Order: sequence, then structure tokens, then C-alpha cells
Amino acid sequence: MSMRSPLGRVLGLGAAGGGSHHWWLQRLTALALVPLGVWFLVALLGLPDLGYLTVRGWLAAAPHGLLLALLVVAAAYHSWLGVCVVIEDYVPNRTRRLGALLVAQFLHLAAGAGALFAVLKLSLGSAA
Amino acid sequence: MATRPRPLSPHLQVYRWQYTMALSIAHRAAGLGLATGLALLTWWLLALAAGPESYARVRALLGSPFGTLLLAGYVAIFWYHCCNGLRHLQWDTGRGLEKASARRSGALVVVATLLLTAATLVLALYPGARP
Repeated sequence: MSMRSPLGRVLGLGAAGGGSHHWWLQRLTALALVPLGVWFLVALLGLPDLGYLTVRGWLAAAPHGLLLALLVVAAAYHSWLGVCVVIEDYVPNRTRRLGALLVAQFLHLAAGAGALFAVLKLSLGSAA
Repeated sequence: MATRPRPLSPHLQVYRWQYTMALSIAHRAAGLGLATGLALLTWWLLALAAGPESYARVRALLGSPFGTLLLAGYVAIFWYHCCNGLRHLQWDTGRGLEKASARRSGALVVVATLLLTAATLVLALYPGARP
């Protein structure tokens, strides 16, 4: 058993290297969302109308479901990170901050999972 | 032991107002707006997956004058957050941080947002204008 204190054991070892994880993922999802977001907007503009059958037919066609799945996952994660930073910056009270973070994160999970579920159902399910 | 109030770092009011400050807070505001847009997109997709009746209800709401105005607002904040996000990504590489170039790129973002928003809205509202 070592007699060294926990602090003594880690002093001088340098950073754990995990501090930039949040920062990195926010940039990664941002980079992905630029082409995905523009693609989605252009694709919607390219449809003759936004009727039920038109949109379903478009989503069932080959790469659209996959791209839209990537879009909603990246958007939900990017939004999760961004909204949490805003809450951490502007809610000084610890209890309220924790509550706001919990609500924001549950809502993002729900939105991301709901959108992904819908996209999968629309692109994998049999045509309705 | 009496505790003296700790020194505070200078807050916003000591700085001269500059439009780059407005662009900075607008990026956050647009991001928060787009978070609600994610909820709207989820709702639209779930309605589409649920069937023609529920999709028709959502479409009627989004196709109303209020819904159209709302979607136009989402288009505008999407383009702003997208263009200004690219500016942030450029800053992350350590470039463009000097005062003059930050002001120039800020003005460019505003112009690009206005042009892209106008183009999107024209193409969305007047299908005849599409290539």
C-alpha cells in the first residue's frame, strides 16, 4: 500500500486529456450539421409539394432516411451541448441549474429519440 | 473573520458597444431558437410517421399564415447560426481573430444571412422561381 496522498500521486502527470471532449463534439456536430442542414433545406425546396405521399415517398428513397437520421442525431446532440452551456452560464443558483440541466437533457433525449424513431419507421417500414 | 467582497472582473457595461457583440449574443439566441425548431422537426416527423390524418393537422397549422411566418423565422435563424457557426469554426483554427477581420467577417455573415434567407423564402413561396 502506497503512503502517498492522492494529490501527490497525480501531481506532475499533466492533464487527463479529457477536458476538450465537450468542445470537440460541439465542433464535430457543427461541421456535420452544415452540409446536412443545407441538404435538408434544399431537398424540401426541391419537392413539388409537401403533401403526405410526396414526403413519404421522398423519405423512403435510398439515402434520404440515412441522411435525415444523421441530421436529427447530430442536431439533437449539438443542441444538447449548446443549451447546457447556456444554462451553465446564466443560471447561477446550483439547485435551479441542476433542475434546468435535467429538464433540458431529458427533452433533448426525447426529441432526438422521437425524431430518430420516426425516421427509421418511415424509411424502414413497409409503405403505408 | 470579516470577509471583504471579492474583486470582480469588468462586466459588459465597461465596454463600448460594438455590433460584433450583438452578433455574438444573437448566435446564442439563434441556437436556442433552433433547439425549439428541433422539437418542431420531431413533431413533424412523428406526425408523418403516424399517418395521413395527423400529418394533415400539422401541415394545416404550419401552412397557416402564423405557421408560415414561424417557418420563415426558423429559416432566418438557421442561416444566421449556420453562417456565424462557420465563422466560429474559422476562429477555432486561430484565424480571423483580429479586430478588423472579425468585424469584416461579422458584416459578411449578416449579408450572407439576408441573401440566403431571401433566396430560400422566394423559392419556398414561389415554386415557379425554382430552377
